Amino acid sequence: MTSVSSSSEFQHQHHFKSAEHQYASSKQGIWLFLCTEILMFGGLFVGYLIYHSLYPTVFKNGSETLDWKMGAVNTVVLLVSSFTMAAAINYVQRGLHKIAAIMLALTIACAGAFMVIKYFEYSHKFHVGTVPGKFSLVDPSCGAGGKRAECESKISALLKNPAELEKNHVSAEEVSRLKAVISQPKWEMFYGFYFVMTGLHGVHVVAGAFLIFWIFIKTLRRKVGPEYYTPVEGVGLFWHVVDLVWIYLFPLLYLVG
Amino acid sequence: MSSAHTKTEHGHADHNYLNHGSGIWSWMTTLDHKRIGLMYFATVATLFLIGGFFALGIRLHLAKFGAEPLLDPDTYNKFMTFHGAIMVFMVIIPGIPAFLGNFVLPIQLGAKDVAFPRLNLASYYIFIAGALIAASSMIFNQVDTGWTFYTPYSTAKTSNGVILLVLGAFTMGFSSILTGLNFIVTTHKLRAPGMTMDRIPLMIWALYSTSIIQILATPILAITLLLIGAEKTLGVGIFDPDLGGDPVLFQHFFWFYSHPAVYIMILPAMGVISELITAFSKKTIFGYRAIAYSSVAIAAVSFLVWGHHMFVSGQSTLAGIVFSIITMFVGVPTAIKLFNWISTMYRGTVTFEAPMLFALGFMFLFTIGGLTGVFLASTGMDVHFHDTYFVVAHFHYVMVGGTLMALMGGIYYWFPKMFGRMTSDLGGRISWVLIFTGFNVTFFPQFVLGAMGMPRRYFDYLPEYTNLNQISTVGSWLIGLGFLVGLITIIHGIFKGEKASDNPWGAKTLEWQTSSPPPHENFTTTPTVTAGPYDFR
Ligand code: HEM
Ligand SMILES: [Cu+2]
Repeated sequence: MTSVSSSSEFQHQHHFKSAEHQYASSKQGIWLFLCTEILMFGGLFVGYLIYHSLYPTVFKNGSETLDWKMGAVNTVVLLVSSFTMAAAINYVQRGLHKIAAIMLALTIACAGAFMVIKYFEYSHKFHVGTVPGKFSLVDPSCGAGGKRAECESKISALLKNPAELEKNHVSAEEVSRLKAVISQPKWEMFYGFYFVMTGLHGVHVVAGAFLIFWIFIKTLRRKVGPEYYTPVEGVGLFWHVVDLVWIYLFPLLYLVG
Repeated sequence: MSSAHTKTEHGHADHNYLNHGSGIWSWMTTLDHKRIGLMYFATVATLFLIGGFFALGIRLHLAKFGAEPLLDPDTYNKFMTFHGAIMVFMVIIPGIPAFLGNFVLPIQLGAKDVAFPRLNLASYYIFIAGALIAASSMIFNQVDTGWTFYTPYSTAKTSNGVILLVLGAFTMGFSSILTGLNFIVTTHKLRAPGMTMDRIPLMIWALYSTSIIQILATPILAITLLLIGAEKTLGVGIFDPDLGGDPVLFQHFFWFYSHPAVYIMILPAMGVISELITAFSKKTIFGYRAIAYSSVAIAAVSFLVWGHHMFVSGQSTLAGIVFSIITMFVGVPTAIKLFNWISTMYRGTVTFEAPMLFALGFMFLFTIGGLTGVFLASTGMDVHFHDTYFVVAHFHYVMVGGTLMALMGGIYYWFPKMFGRMTSDLGGRISWVLIFTGFNVTFFPQFVLGAMGMPRRYFDYLPEYTNLNQISTVGSWLIGLGFLVGLITIIHGIFKGEKASDNPWGAKTLEWQTSSPPPHENFTTTPTVTAGPYDFR
């Protein structure tokens, strides 16, 4: 049993009184879900703060090996995407489907650009060896179990080999930073946090891109419009949260040293 | 009298949610909260049987009847892990909210469905997916860490099956979050006209508080489980002391979820008990507001006490004392509920049908469990009791004696509404006697064993513990028999039970104002509520 809302062709679901009622409920649901997302990242932030205070120099030296320029470009990319997303919502609400679709496509492009830049950052780290615990070791016999300290890290092997350095585009400045990192005990800790935090964020970027693609299709098919734009707004809010998390991650990982 | 216009038309009376659409497919794709509730019932009951199989295995082994041990140490650890993980994550946590809650919450509010029916169905399938992922660890790579996955054992030493099990628990946690979210929005937005927040039944207050915990605590479990996965696959070092990490941080994260989770298990049970006590005392509940707000208070305090699981983990003495004191505060709202239930029965017209017996069983066993919790919360005593059978007895008294008793009571109580038939009251009572007696025979000796110093989770024990262990094993078979009788009465009731009237217990909440079983949209006309939920006298 569906009853037709007063506004026009959009039919609200049978268990709601009106389209407005359904919209308010959906919005509450979306906000609650976003709270859980923020709480989940919150766990990581708590861990980061604890270890940052335990090992300040590890985090300082680690942070200096990150490429803050790439991080900054990515921040700008995400900010732009937040803007295009907000614009898309606005255009959908006004029934301007074509320009809304263009804005959504731009948002997806930004998400793609973000991931491509992230890919370059990640792969460089894998080349030089600033990676989480398990992969930071050259000798596979140096597994878990108390002997890590005696094992030689991939970085120190790299630093002894100028040809490799050149091949991996490692500048003299970076060499000194890498040396500072591995002179610290427990230096892998920083990269553990770096990869988990940016990795989980990256998963959210990809998920967000798929969601935006879904509403992009909806927009092209005119399934959303001035009478009904809840999914567009919901995905938009999700995207802003993804953006917001990065706004915290960037200074915390790249700048605070 | 909570509603005026809810009489159902009995013209073509037999059109209800059970025969609204037929065939397996119509069930698997249903958006009806009542059907989804029943699907959870079937799923959780199956998982309960599997978890129970492991339990009986553990107890049989510990009885040492034969000359040869039944299980080798490795298998024993796996049995213990799967028993705990299945019972906690797949039976007790989803049991009442996802099954009974899904069935009754919208009807009690006078709504046609939950706010997001499609999300509700999705939560069900996410739960199934999680259960399957977790179960696959039984086939590929069995886990022996215990349900708490303590690091560094879970990350550095044991098999990769841990990844599957935590991924499964993560997925089920996601389902739990979505159900909680759905319930909160439904309670806020879909109440029938006149159903103000101080008129919603106490079951709803309990489910509402539970949902708040689910939303606030489960994300922390999610990140903790993801970190175990990351630790195991990438060696990130956050919990690994070799890399500078700290296993105690894992315990903080884990218990920050898992202590509130014990209230995810018990609050819905308390909601069920509030309904049963007032219905079978034929008397308005005593202290509606006190019971309602104490649910919210318990939810709030539950976030501040996780450290009582870590008194001997090396946290600071100050932290120990603070956690100990705050833990004692939980007793206050809990006692409020208990005293209010007793006051409700006082001078009521109390009858002892099967559901009421389970409610009384709950009150008795939960009190023992809760009081022993206070022993454990005293730091000095906990040093002696920690990781002994005393703790095992404590949490079984609250989780089984509390939550499962309430679940059984709730099933017998709402059964007529679900299926339009009655269960055999005699059968229900027999099952109660067996479960109640068996339960005490099983777990009371474990308090003694723990006080004598028998550690938990061990494959073997000193000879002086033999007799009490054997008594305990005998008890476990009584419990098993009791649940078997329960299952038979339920299956018998579904197919052969007497036809139930719309309101067989003479209860007052809205779900009893519609037909049994209810129509697809719960009510033929939306009810209007004019008074509180328990207007007896
Ligand atoms: C409300 C229902 C309750 C449930 C379902 C419950 C459940 C549990 C569980 C599962 C454990 C064992 C965790 C493990 O595997 O190590 C436990 C331990 C504990 N419980 Fe409860 N509990 C409840 C109520 C309480 C109350 C009311 C208190 C205190 C007033 C309490 C205090 C404790 C303490 C201190 C421990 C730690 C014991 C130790 O490991 O040394 N519990 N509880
Ligand atoms: Cu606890």
